[in-house]
Amino acid sequence: MRKHILIISSLLIFILACNKDSDFLNTAPKDILTDDAVWKSEDLTLSVLADLYNRYPEQQTITNWAEYTNFDEAFPSEAGNYWRTKQVDYPYDWWNLWDYGYFRDLNLFVKKCRAAEQLSADVRNRFVSEARFLRAALYFEEVKRMGGVPLILEPMEYNFSGDPAYLQHARAKESDIYDFVIAEMDTIKAILPDDAGIKSRATKGVALAMQARAALYAASIAKYGASTPTVSLAGGEVGISADKSTAYYTKALAAAQEIISSGKYSLYKKKTDDLQDNFASLFYDKSNNPEVIFAQDFKLKSGKVEDWTLNNQPWSSAEEQQGGRVNPSLNLAQLYEKLDNTYSPFVTNAGSDYVYYNNPLDIFAGRDARLGGTIILPGTKFKGVPLDIWAGVMYWKGGQYNIITGDNFGDQDSIPVAGAPKSSQVVGADGPVDGLQFSAQTGFYVRKFMDQTVGSGQIGTRSEVWWVRYRYAEVLLNAAEAAFELGQNDVAATYINQVRERAGFTIPLTTVTFDRIVHERRVELAFEGHELFDNKRWRLAHKIWNGETISAADLVTNIGKADKVNTMIYGLWPYKVYNPGNANDGKWVYKIVKPSNVTAAHRFKLGNYYSQIGSDILSNNPKLIKNPNQ
Amino acid sequence: MAALSCKKDNYNGPSITLQGRITYKGEAINVSAKDVTFELWEPGWGKNGAITVNVNEDGSYSALLFNGNYKLIIPPSQGPFRSVLNNETNSDTVRLQLNGNRTMDIEVMPYYMVRTPQFLLTGTAVSATCKLEKIITDVNAKDIENVFLYLNQTAFVDGTNYIARVGIAGSDITDPDHVSLNVEVPANTSANGSTGDQGYIFARIGVKIAGVEDMLFSPVQKIDL
Repeated sequence: MRKHILIISSLLIFILACNKDSDFLNTAPKDILTDDAVWKSEDLTLSVLADLYNRYPEQQTITNWAEYTNFDEAFPSEAGNYWRTKQVDYPYDWWNLWDYGYFRDLNLFVKKCRAAEQLSADVRNRFVSEARFLRAALYFEEVKRMGGVPLILEPMEYNFSGDPAYLQHARAKESDIYDFVIAEMDTIKAILPDDAGIKSRATKGVALAMQARAALYAASIAKYGASTPTVSLAGGEVGISADKSTAYYTKALAAAQEIISSGKYSLYKKKTDDLQDNFASLFYDKSNNPEVIFAQDFKLKSGKVEDWTLNNQPWSSAEEQQGGRVNPSLNLAQLYEKLDNTYSPFVTNAGSDYVYYNNPLDIFAGRDARLGGTIILPGTKFKGVPLDIWAGVMYWKGGQYNIITGDNFGDQDSIPVAGAPKSSQVVGADGPVDGLQFSAQTGFYVRKFMDQTVGSGQIGTRSEVWWVRYRYAEVLLNAAEAAFELGQNDVAATYINQVRERAGFTIPLTTVTFDRIVHERRVELAFEGHELFDNKRWRLAHKIWNGETISAADLVTNIGKADKVNTMIYGLWPYKVYNPGNANDGKWVYKIVKPSNVTAAHRFKLGNYYSQIGSDILSNNPKLIKNPNQ
Repeated sequence: MAALSCKKDNYNGPSITLQGRITYKGEAINVSAKDVTFELWEPGWGKNGAITVNVNEDGSYSALLFNGNYKLIIPPSQGPFRSVLNNETNSDTVRLQLNGNRTMDIEVMPYYMVRTPQFLLTGTAVSATCKLEKIITDVNAKDIENVFLYLNQTAFVDGTNYIARVGIAGSDITDPDHVSLNVEVPANTSANGSTGDQGYIFARIGVKIAGVEDMLFSPVQKIDL
């Protein structure tokens, strides 16, 4: 037998080795697809497009949790990220983006797909429009972060002449880039499918939604940029002249209204009996979701899964020895209004005494349903497991309250009062323990985008909840803002009230103010990546992150003011009262605390408005000019 | 092998010190720590890139450099001052030849100067008085937005490093020759957490000029409690 194998294999070697030498060099590669193969197959072209979709630029997303903790929405409860609340200044080169490799691939796709005669015209036009959509999305992201960038719409080739000067292009005006995005959407919206059931590819709906958002950004930069005259460049690469704002606001309103009047999208209201749950479901319910316009989709067991739930799961129901990283701040939580449309801090004290609550959830009662929909509150459940968030026991001894607490999740200790049990739990299984990573160091965990499915917190499974990039509520808020700025206060109120009604408000707003617009976006769109860019375009960023220390007293005043200073993150910690024989025994009290890892007050300097262009890029292309104030 | 590889590719580090102060008529301009920078460019190399030099809170600076010809530029957004015209280059660029250690003050035009700052501890409060002299009075003149009195436990006292402060708006200042401020010293003045009170504190007056990001300061004053 062995002999036979030997003979057969030597024969094979002989046969293989006897191919013509020239053919050896002509072997078709088995690991890459050639242009010829790709552009005649619809499936292969779609895979190229899928790669382009996969590179969609983003800053704060659910796959990049730590970015949420840079500002004031959340505290990073992970030992390696405490520096984010300890640094004063944001580096000038943060958020910079100069992705001309991606632009080149998009331009190549547009050029080659247009020439792909073997694809049917419908398919080809849709593919080209999708690539143009992605290219506009990238230009939009570039202009948000860098201001005007060179507008390159054709793939450039180097001719090896030794002089690359013809490849060097100057920066376009900031308004030119916005105009380009707006014009592209006008062109492609007629070609893209007008189907609200498509969520992860470009549609007419998302083209209009992006147009509305881009026009709104341009309009507000034109209007509010006037308040920061030094944030501009003489050539218009940064800054848009104030007289253009009305036209942009008009365009934003028209685009948003086109979506609204199409009737294809609506607010998510499947669970109206529990509005908090309804708001949370909006982000993880992927079947017939009427609100989501465009999302980055994930699928279990496909390799494309996300770990937002793994990173942020409460310790009490954690499926791994980790979680709890994004801790929403009290600064954010107290923005959620009472149902009578008034702002109010959470009531912790009555005079010199605490306010005693029977149930840890009572302090949050009667508020905007989005509070509980966005944030996991003490006293609620996640995945059916009750949250155990409390910082310690307040026991009465010697005429005053004393605090006993532990330094690990759910620590036991003995309360030093006669008659107390020898050992009892003195801190919640979810914390908060100051400085203990994964514990709820602000007293809160995040709920938005969290996956209720069993296994979503396991490293081996993870989650397929999608990342919502555009949704109908934002379109309504964009319309409201544009209408407000155009003086159509009634129209603005109609749109903003639709969003508020879904959150449980029964008394509609009659007038809309700038503070209201800013407020509504902060609470509705928290943890959706709008925070930084909204504050930039309103030119509020240098006012709210001004480097000034804020005290607990500062924190609870001026709630709902657009330019309220918000430089330091605070938390709200529940304590259990131990005072046997007293009426307050077993009740809950709250304290406002600043986590000890919050040591610096954030400062956003004028040079942060537009990110720094790297010196290597500047040096390669002398036609580029630097961004201002850096 | 080790002996061979350790020779030729190692260069000496920069060893020439350029130092000095940012001054107005020879008087140092006090700023906040780490906030004000200027740039040194050394033309003639393939790639362009600035060497950023930080100005200390007392207006001094120093940089370790190689000998060579440099251009010094203060970017327009930096500092509570404007660059002065350099006669040699007819712009705000200053040519700088380094051939050994050099001490050089950089003269600028501040919008204001804090004159004769006085700090006084009375009981548990620190009071401060000063005179604000407007230096730039032409079309480029700017108003004062706020004047602050800051206290901190360490010698770094500025708009982001303070434990107590009090401010008055520029519009409320009736007489710029007599600006006075008064702030209570916090009960806890420890530099290390909540224990170990220290017996001294540092105070400083800061001026925020409208439309100018970097603040102007008085020198830091140590006050024994």
